[in-house]
Amino acid sequence: MKDFGAAGVTAEAIPVANSSDVVSARQTVRNLSQRSGMSLVHQTKLVTAASELGRNMLIYGGGGVVRVAAVTDGGRSGIFVEFRDQGPGIGDIELAMTDGWTSGNGMGLGLSGAKRLVDEFDIETGPSGTTVRIVKWGR
Amino acid sequence: MTAEINTRLLVEILTARRDDFLAQWTRTIGDDLQGRLSLAELGHELGELYEAVLKAISIGGLDGRGEHFGEARSLLIELSRNRARQGFTPTETARSVFALKEVLEPSLAGEAASAQAYLQFARLLDDLGLLTTEAYVRTREEIISSQAEQLLELSTPVVKLWDGVVGVPLVGTLDSARTQVVMEKLLQTLVDTDSTHAIIDITGVPTVDTQVAQHLLKTVVAARMMGARCIISGIRPQIAQTIVALGIEFGDIPTNSSLADALRQALKEIALETEDDVKGLL
Ligand SMILES: Nc1ncnc2c1ncn2[C@@H]1O[C@H](COP(=O)(O)OP(=O)(O)OP(=O)(O)O)[C@@H](O)[C@H]1O
Ligand SMILES: [Mg+2]
Repeated sequence: MKDFGAAGVTAEAIPVANSSDVVSARQTVRNLSQRSGMSLVHQTKLVTAASELGRNMLIYGGGGVVRVAAVTDGGRSGIFVEFRDQGPGIGDIELAMTDGWTSGNGMGLGLSGAKRLVDEFDIETGPSGTTVRIVKWGR
Repeated sequence: MTAEINTRLLVEILTARRDDFLAQWTRTIGDDLQGRLSLAELGHELGELYEAVLKAISIGGLDGRGEHFGEARSLLIELSRNRARQGFTPTETARSVFALKEVLEPSLAGEAASAQAYLQFARLLDDLGLLTTEAYVRTREEIISSQAEQLLELSTPVVKLWDGVVGVPLVGTLDSARTQVVMEKLLQTLVDTDSTHAIIDITGVPTVDTQVAQHLLKTVVAARMMGARCIISGIRPQIAQTIVALGIEFGDIPTNSSLADALRQALKEIALETEDDVKGLL
């Protein structure tokens, strides 16, 4: 996935420490994608992916920061969202990305489902934290 | 040693000019609050506080955090809680304490001997003033969270739609607390109205993710255990596509795009069931 770090400087950053912060992060994603003229279906998919990843960050990563930015690449424009936590990381990514696998009592669909909902999905994880980056392109 | 001298000096003047100081203090705050609290009430409140502070100082000196200030502190906390409930601002509340500084200043700050005592007393009042702000904020937080709870109750109505059919129009975010309230209300209403069908309408739920889905499923299972059938309605096209991409399966739970369709379906089922009942009797 292309590095949108530079675009991220102008991003809105939302610290997530409780479940109402996840709602605010979701709203920020919704507002920005609405403003960028994204279709309702794409908006809904992106916001839902953000909801999943934001909640994972809170539950398993002990909270962190969500950054949202409008980005462009060539002719197309989209929304980039980064979820960064300093939690224990994911031991086995392949397993975690499997539909239906959960270490807690979820449905085990958050990570794999989020990946299907967006156009680009990138995950880095280690003992000092997890960072997930996603992009949904417009229209 | 000087601390003791200061304390003695303060106790002397606070005792000797009690009535005078108290009247001034009451008047200053009365002016601030502009009649939103009766002077009699205010005078009584401040009188108690004045006595408690004076007593504390004479027993154990000017450390407001010490144990001897226990009574004064609880009076102050009580005062702050009342102010917060009555809608006064935190500044107005803290002023109730700080104003005593202004009252004492002319009598103490002028002379070198008593200026030190005044400064120490002022520091004490600063501490006590901060305490009021803390208590005020805590009270407001309690008020807010109890209002949030009431709102939760209000925003999750369960209504009887038809004979045998109850409806649950969900609006907003469906978190665990909300699910609990919805579930309890739904089960109770099913019993109260002797209904066999429940329609959960999610038109007003903006995001249906795995958490919301899990909560919906839990509610449906609970209703089933009471012998009721659930229909989920209000699934807009964008939500349908998202649910499918996420991989959520609602299994054998019937879903509908509109509440009207769901109601029609429920009534049809009820009609069939009564027919079967009648046939069974023949
Ligand atoms: N940020 C994270 N830090 C550490 N572990 C994580 C993180 N995100 C996910 N995981 C692990 O990956 C597993 C799968 O995550 P996924 O979101 O797919 O399912 P879930 O959260 O368990 O259930 P749900 O379907 O409700 O999302 C989690 O159970 C958890 O063990
Ligand atoms: Mg998850």
